[in-house]
Amino acid sequence: MTTHIAFEKARADDRAALVGYLPAGYPDVAGGIDALRVLVDAGCDVIEIGLPYSDPVMDGPTIQAAAQAALDGGVRTTDVLRTVEAVAATGTPTLVMTYWNPVERYGVERFAADLASAGGAGLITPDLTPDSAPEWIAAADRHDLDKVFLVAPSSTEDRVAMTVAACRGFVYATAVMGVTGTRTTTSDLAGPLVARTRAAVAGLGSDLPVCVGLGVSNGDQAAEVASYADGVIVGSAFVRTLLDHADDRAAGLRALAALTEDLARGVRRG
Amino acid sequence: MTTQVARTTSYDADGQGWFGGPETGFGGRFMPEALIAALDELTVAWQDAMADPAFVAEFDAILREYAGLPSPLYLAERLSARVGCRVLLKREDLNHTGAHKIRNVLGQALLTKRMGKTRVIAETGAGQHGVASATAAAYFGLDCTVYMGSVDTRRQALNVARMNLLGAKVVPVESGSATLKDAINEALRDWVASVDHTAYLFGTAAGPHPFPSMVRDFTRGIGDEARAQCLERYGVLPDAIAACVGGGSNAIGLFTAFLDDADVAIYGFEPGGEGVDTPRHAATIHNGDRGVLHGARTYVLQDEDGQTIESHSISAGLDYPGVGPQHAHLAATGRATYLPVTDAEAMEAMALLSRTEGIIPAIESAHAIAGALRVAERLAEEKGPEATVLVNLSGRGDKDMGTAIEYFGLGREDAEVSDRATEDPVG
Repeated sequence: MTTHIAFEKARADDRAALVGYLPAGYPDVAGGIDALRVLVDAGCDVIEIGLPYSDPVMDGPTIQAAAQAALDGGVRTTDVLRTVEAVAATGTPTLVMTYWNPVERYGVERFAADLASAGGAGLITPDLTPDSAPEWIAAADRHDLDKVFLVAPSSTEDRVAMTVAACRGFVYATAVMGVTGTRTTTSDLAGPLVARTRAAVAGLGSDLPVCVGLGVSNGDQAAEVASYADGVIVGSAFVRTLLDHADDRAAGLRALAALTEDLARGVRRG
Repeated sequence: MTTQVARTTSYDADGQGWFGGPETGFGGRFMPEALIAALDELTVAWQDAMADPAFVAEFDAILREYAGLPSPLYLAERLSARVGCRVLLKREDLNHTGAHKIRNVLGQALLTKRMGKTRVIAETGAGQHGVASATAAAYFGLDCTVYMGSVDTRRQALNVARMNLLGAKVVPVESGSATLKDAINEALRDWVASVDHTAYLFGTAAGPHPFPSMVRDFTRGIGDEARAQCLERYGVLPDAIAACVGGGSNAIGLFTAFLDDADVAIYGFEPGGEGVDTPRHAATIHNGDRGVLHGARTYVLQDEDGQTIESHSISAGLDYPGVGPQHAHLAATGRATYLPVTDAEAMEAMALLSRTEGIIPAIESAHAIAGALRVAERLAEEKGPEATVLVNLSGRGDKDMGTAIEYFGLGREDAEVSDRATEDPVG
């Protein structure tokens, strides 16, 4: 399964796709699966499942807190793959977002094979750029998996072109120079970065979608980003919602559904 | 003595920062794309600077006139008599701020100035790199923020005060294990958001390319000086050299000058904590596995899922679950031998050096002393009194007095440091 299907569907509706992120294993493995299913039911087109990691240099305090709680609860890489299987079974394209060491430790080839057999669409790799990724690229290609690499406002034209050429599924444009976390205003760096990335995509004669992440937390921001990007990626706002309802899971899932619906309306206004 | 010239060895990294090649080697660059441009910019700036005689001369002058270098090579006679062969100490503890680290930060800060950046950030464990960074920032008139695990801010309160007095902002890091590795994570996060005007003064020869090679270049004066001093005085190279290895900056600084001297045995001594057969140690090469941490492939203390395991050492400065990738390469190729030294052995060596030579070493350096004495005793048996072991005394022990007071119960009338340390030394 590739995420491309979800973007084609969104394009047919003349709208951006909503990409939702939650870490596996928070508040526990079953609770994490429940929360991800809420994202699917309430309007996310693509799901990212975070693999909790001890040293997440790209994550802000919100996602790190949930990931650390998941690790403290004993979540394992196999639990992440189990979560992927449960979410992918809904028919929604499901990727894993992971720092590199857990994959290398699991075994790159074995991880690719197990992810594919769980129905996963591919990987998003925040600390692995294409020029450091020959082993992953080869394994992903063997198992027909998406490779989502990141571009940043600081990326040179050459690096944007190199990154786009290595991506499959979509390109992840980081809207800000900073780590994950919600922000009150959207970034003025995102628009120009998307334009540069689109130009690189066009240069390849490709229609690879360009999605924007880092900072979006409500429908209005989603609408603004959706006006120029193919997809809007939301993570910290979802995680925050769960953390805020840590003592009442049912209320947390209701709040998660409400936020997802707001964001889903947002990408349809953009 | 000119100390800083960009020379190469057979063990250097390739252009992408790989020690031993990208397929099976160590190093590389596993970093968010947002930082790649900054790392590229830094790589070019560092290579240009090291090839620029004016930069090298200015760096040398600052080291000489401000940091007090070259540091002496000292024959520890009473220690030598005790082990039966010559023990030489490279006295980096006499440098300004009390450790080898001043070389690295003055180099990186001079480079920061050359690059036109106005702010530096740093991470610190024991506080020594933080103090050195705050010092260099004050010297060059740069803003300075230091990230430090909150556990370490408590056990190194005096160094926090030093940094504050020098004008640096110290940010306690609460996440993860609240020690050095988490301080690095937090500094990297700061850097992602501030990279246009901020340089990251990395404290050890680890991290993504070019840090391992750049930090080595700025600290290699230790070995260049020691090699020349030893030749000048004794007409021969040492039989063995030794240094402690946490991240490994003082060790790589010593080792580099000797890497292509095949007859010189090279020893790195890792923090064995409460023992490498217990969970409480930081012997990364001895007990770790290949993995990626803080931007480089190296040996990492990790569980079977690749999650970093919290390390332990009585020395906050060695309490790191990774190691510089060049050390991983030197271990894998067999060029250097890495062995663990326990907390207890290090503390015993701290007391021994204090009482035989009147030198109170940092607990980091005491690991090197403890390991080197084992090597020296063996060499004395094999080669006799002319054998020479050269040890890097990377820092002084003032900052560790709190630990020493607690460990030995110092200050009490009946304090007994240890049988070995208090017995009458030979000679």
